[in-house]
Amino acid sequence: MTRLIFLGRLRDAAGHGERVVTLPAHVETVADLRSWLAAGDGDLGAALHERGIHVVVDQVICNRETENVRDASEIAFMPPLSGG
Amino acid sequence: MIQVSITAEAISPDAETARFAALRGAACGAAVTFVGFCRGVSQQGDVMRLELEHYPGFTEREIGRITQAVAERHGVADILVMHRFGAISPGEAIVLVAALSAHRAAAFAAVEELMDYLKTDAPFWKREIGPSGARWIEPTAEDRRRREEHSK
Repeated sequence: MTRLIFLGRLRDAAGHGERVVTLPAHVETVADLRSWLAAGDGDLGAALHERGIHVVVDQVICNRETENVRDASEIAFMPPLSGG
Repeated sequence: MIQVSITAEAISPDAETARFAALRGAACGAAVTFVGFCRGVSQQGDVMRLELEHYPGFTEREIGRITQAVAERHGVADILVMHRFGAISPGEAIVLVAALSAHRAAAFAAVEELMDYLKTDAPFWKREIGPSGARWIEPTAEDRRRREEHSK
């Protein structure tokens, strides 16, 4: 089970702040995950593919689309930061 | 001592500053504090409230890491960072940063650098609620310019 978290305006695009999913076998990397989510929801997919969206895997910022997510327990999608 | 608190509770700047300054040692001759308040107007007009979202755990750790680095860079041992999340009304304190040091220059520099970081690169997502609805906020060009100046 993997907890997906959508922060900031991505929460609006997803319609919820988080959900728990079982990743299908073909989802192995960050890129696979984006594509899988986009296939299920075109609007969310478009938002997740915008420039400046960072992915955080188990609380560590991930800069590689090839990063493996099979063992991740929490994956967050972060839009550009607003600052405080 | 580095103290970082990300809180949904109201911040009382005077009480927190007094509490923190009371920790100072005999060598401390300077306390610099900055308080940022929620403004009731923005470039878009009236602001009814701000909604600040954070990423629990991640936001605290990132701010703690940066605060530690700023403390080391300026040789300041004692820094307090308090930051609100959730719904914030105009007039309420959003952020309090305080630094204690032997002399004023290091404390001023540490507080300024931390505020520049917090305003642009801290993991918060901010929504401004006005009479005509809500909109997400991103750092201004001025915020980015100040941040880049400091990172040179």
